[in-house]
Parts: sequence; structure tokens; C-alpha cells
Amino acid sequence: MRFLLIEDNAQLAEAVVDRLMLDGHVVDHAPDLQTACSFTDTTSYDLILLDIMLPDGDGRSFLETHRNQKSKTPVIVLTARSEVSDRVGILDLGADDYMVKPIDFSELEARCRAVLRRRGGAAHNLLTLGDLRFDSLSGTLKVADRDIQLRTRELRLFEVLANAPGQVFSKSALVDRLFSYDEDVTENAIEVYVARLRRHLQASTVKITTIRGLGYKLETE
Amino acid sequence: MSTPTAHGSIRRRLLLSLLASAAVLAVVVYFVVQSVARQTAQESQDNVLVASALSILDSARFVNGQVNVDLPYSALSMLDSISEERVFYAIRLENEFLSGYPDLPRTNPAPGGRPVYLSAPFLGEEVRIAAVRRPVSTDGGQSYIQVSVAQTLSGQKQALARISRTSLGIGGGFFLLSVLIAAIIARSTIHPLDRLTASVSRRGPKDLRPVAAPVPSEMVPLVASLNSFMRRLHRSLLRSEDFIAEAAHRVRTPLAIVRTKAEIVQRKTDDPDTRAALKEMIHAIDDSSRTAGQLLDHAMVTFRLDHLANERISLLRLIQDAVERLRPMSELKDIGMEVTGTADATIQGDPILLQNALHNLLDNAVKYAPPGSDVAVALALGDDVAVVTVADNGLGFPEAELGQLAQRFSRGSNAQSVVGSGLGLTIVKEVTEAHGGHMRISNNPGGGACVSLHFPLS
Repeated sequence: MRFLLIEDNAQLAEAVVDRLMLDGHVVDHAPDLQTACSFTDTTSYDLILLDIMLPDGDGRSFLETHRNQKSKTPVIVLTARSEVSDRVGILDLGADDYMVKPIDFSELEARCRAVLRRRGGAAHNLLTLGDLRFDSLSGTLKVADRDIQLRTRELRLFEVLANAPGQVFSKSALVDRLFSYDEDVTENAIEVYVARLRRHLQASTVKITTIRGLGYKLETE
Repeated sequence: MSTPTAHGSIRRRLLLSLLASAAVLAVVVYFVVQSVARQTAQESQDNVLVASALSILDSARFVNGQVNVDLPYSALSMLDSISEERVFYAIRLENEFLSGYPDLPRTNPAPGGRPVYLSAPFLGEEVRIAAVRRPVSTDGGQSYIQVSVAQTLSGQKQALARISRTSLGIGGGFFLLSVLIAAIIARSTIHPLDRLTASVSRRGPKDLRPVAAPVPSEMVPLVASLNSFMRRLHRSLLRSEDFIAEAAHRVRTPLAIVRTKAEIVQRKTDDPDTRAALKEMIHAIDDSSRTAGQLLDHAMVTFRLDHLANERISLLRLIQDAVERLRPMSELKDIGMEVTGTADATIQGDPILLQNALHNLLDNAVKYAPPGSDVAVALALGDDVAVVTVADNGLGFPEAELGQLAQRFSRGSNAQSVVGSGLGLTIVKEVTEAHGGHMRISNNPGGGACVSLHFPLS
């Protein structure tokens, strides 16, 4: 996905950009509203992450102009202020969601998915792999036009693997992608989910292969 | 909020002083009317008595050294016309009694021949006497013929009693009229005060604009100090809001940098020890940021509790919003969240506070529920109560600590592995109670925590 991050704190912005790139996203960073506007004029983004306190104005004014221009790009506000005082104004002005800093990136990813799902998925969210069709936004997986019922975490596991078929993911990398930090999980939990997902994929030509000592990868026969 | 002690009432004081002066005036009116009436009655009787005496005097003829009095009929009949009084008379020549009642009290002659009046007892009754005299020439030279006419006063007393009653009526009527006028005056004097009170108390909690409506000049200093007080309050509120926002910003931004960097390092390493250390670090960062957030939230909540907004709120809508807001988090943990109960309830209150309370409650449930379990949210309506219940199937509350969990910074002894500050339930409880409701915490029979908020329906 292509993100626009509007954040004036350089250190935080750099860290967020690095972190999002680890998940394979493309991120542009604008330190103020003026730069942000020149970016949005020329580039189309999947999602905008907006800080509220900015050197050349309030993030809320950006929200207003953004909405008035009838832009379809969803906005998630990153606020560092008190939840009680901020939340109402932000959502009323047309932000799709908001998060309080510091950002839990697994939560951010979950919220991005939710926002994009609400807004209706674009074509590039459809993934075809062997005889599987996967819509990452609606979270539906089909084998030869038959729906497979997956629980959220099984879907997430499939999504991570399917976004890079053939790439080996270590158990710890998968734990990072699947669990939030306030959950106390061991790497063995991954084995449980892999086993469940394998059962669901039995009828398909797509298989999860174990690479002993390294991790798992997705393969098509 | 403490109600100031009332010391006296302006309305009552005004009313009392107006009534006191009205009462004094009424008494004065009573006495003036009575004395004028008495005097008038006296004068008219005196006039008739004098006229009668004069007509007797006129009829006195001095013939051949003898005084001849032909008592004219009209002289006594004009007295009869006043009332059924007894009439007496006496005619004297100098000191010699000529005719009538010899014992009728004598009067001292007035200079210049003017009539003389006297009230005196006669034959056991009070009488009014009028005496006139005229010089005559006798054999012995210059002498005076004197006529006294007297009349009893019983009829006049009756008349006076009547006059008394009438003047009492006039005084009373005057007093009653004064009461009415005093009430109107007191009311119109107090009216600007009432209007000011109404306009100030009608304001919303956030309305700290100065009072602009015109007030009487005596109230200008009071309203001026009220306005300056509100200005100062407004400034200080703005400052504390800014302070809270700024403090949050200052605390959270560095935490956000550290947390993000820690996540990056964790993603890049496979070494279990480093990963475990980083996980603990992130845990601690989340802990402190949550605590900071909830402290600031709690400050905001306490601040708002003093100026509770009063809006009509749909509870069902509020619950659904809070659930949708947490949905991504619950999905991340594979936790199902379902709202049961579709009947809506409307309560009066502060939407921001209630939203925050519900968010805290649901956030707790999602945090403590084990992955893959369900959180049940229900809205149930009773006769005069709406109950919001949030139940999870996590660890539940330790039974022994059920009573004290809603206290500040109190956490369940079994919750150490989960990020939390112990302020969440405090906020929920305070907000619920500020809306006239109460919070109950218990454990589900099948395990897990259950918190219910009971809101009274107006």
C-alpha cells in the first residue's frame, strides 16, 4: 500500500516510515501541511496518516480541505492529545479513524484494513494464487468458487504468506505479524494456526510448506 | 457544589418596610379622618345650638323694665331635627335667672359678644352648651341678657362611632391597597435580579461569555465582577485544557519514537533473548503511555464532571459506536464482539464522557478476554432503568477484591501480565454515577468478568 505520513516530529516520522516499509508498504513523509498538499496534488495514496499538531496549522484544517475536495483517500488521525477532548471533533470532521500515539503497528494495520474495507476494496486487493481467489479487504477466500470460512487470525496468516509466495517466514516474524504486543504468546502458537490453515487448504493446489529450522512458505503445486 | 447560605431576603425586606410604612400611614389616616369628622360634627352641632340661642335672644324684648321672652317654636325644633336629643335652655339677665333650667351650667362671657361653647355634665348626661349674650338697657343702666342652649350628646356619640367605623374602613382599605402596591413594587424591583439569575443558570456548562443584557445601575458592579470572574475562569479552563493536551503530546511523542524503534529492531532479529527483552520494553512503554493517557483522561473526566453537558443520547447508538471503534482490535485477537438487545434507550447526559466510559469498559474486556473467545455486550431495558452489560470469559475478577476494584489505581491481583493502569474502571464508575446510575462488577457463573452499568431512565 502507498501511505502518506503527515508528521512534524522528524525522529518519529523516520521510525514510522521504516516500520511501515518493513511490512512492504511505500511511504511518503510530509513534515507540514504545505508539503502534504503538494504530495496529495500529484500522487494518489491508499491511506493518509495525519498528525494533529503541525507547525503550519492544525491537522483538522487539512481534514476539512481534504473532505471538501471530495478526495476518496481515507484518513487515520494520529493524535498525541487526550482521547476525551480530541475524539469527537476528529471524527466529526471526517477522519475515518484515529489512533492515540504511541502507535501499535499491529493495531494500525488492523485499523487500515477496517477503514479500507468500509470504503470498499479496490481491484488490486484481489489476489489469485493457483486455484485460490483471495480478497484481502473483505477477507474472503475461495477455492474453485467455494467459500472457505476462516477466522480472523487464520486469514491474517494466509494474507501474510500469500503476499509473498515462496518467501520463507520465520515463526518469530509470523508472531510479530499476527499478534499484538499485549498478548502473551509463544512461537508454538504459530504451529496451531498453520495446522488449522493447512486443513482449510486441503482441497486446494496451494500448500504451506515447512522449512525445518527456518519457517514456513506458501507454494503452488 | 455548595449552596450559599441565605441571609435575609431583599424581597421580604422591601415588602416588610413598605408594609410597615403603609401601616403607619393607615393609622395616621384613621386618626386624621376621625378627628376631622368629629370636629365637623361638633361644629355643625355648635352652629345649630348658636342659631337656636340667637333666635331665642332675638325674641327677647325688654318691655317696661321686664324681659319678655317669647320662646320661638323654631328655636327648639331646629335642634330636634338633629336627632332625638334632649334639649335644655336657660335665659338669664346678668346673674338673674329668668327662664328655663336654672341649674344649666353657666359660661364665662367671651369678649366681643362671640358665642361661648362648653361641654359639661348636666342631669347625669354629657351636654354641649352654647351661650350668646346681648347688652340691654335696664333701669339700672347697662346689663346683659344671656341665652344658653344645651343638647345631650348621645346621638352624636352614635354618629361618632359610625364615623369611627368608616374611618377604620378607610384606613384598612388604604392598608390593603398598599399591600397590593408593595407586592407589585417588590416584584418589579427583584425582577432584574431574577432575570440575571435565570440567564446565568440557563447557560450550558461551556458558556462562559460575559453577561451582556442591560441591568439596573445598582447591579452593574456585581455583574461586572461576575463577568470578570467568568473571564478568569474561562482563561484558566482553556489553560488547563491546553496543559493537558500539551502534557499528553510531550509524553507520548518520545514514547512513540521508542516504541516504533523497538518494534523495528524486534522485526529484524530472530534472537530469542533480544526478542524477549524488546517485548518487555514495548510492554513497559505501552503501560506507561496507557497510564499517562488514562491519567489525562481522568483529569479531563473530572473536569467535565463539574460541568456535565446535558444532551439526549441514544445508548444503543453509543454502544454500537464504541464496539465498532474496538472491532479492529478485537479481530486482531480473534475475539468476537456482539451487541444484543435492539430496543434503544435514551438518557440525558454527556456524550463524550459516556463514550469514554464505554470505551474503557470494552477495552478492558477485549484486553482481558483470551484470544478466540467472545465478549458479550447487552443493552437491557427495565421499567425505569437501562442496563449495559459487558461480559467476557477471561480471568474474571478475584472474588476477594470485587469491592475495591473501582478505586483509583486498583488492579486485580491476577492482571499483572496485561497492560493497564487501574484507572479504567474508576473512570467508568465516576461517569456512571455522575449520570445518576451505578456500576456493578461480578464474575460470570461460567467464568469471566461481568460489568454492568445501570442508568436511570427519566
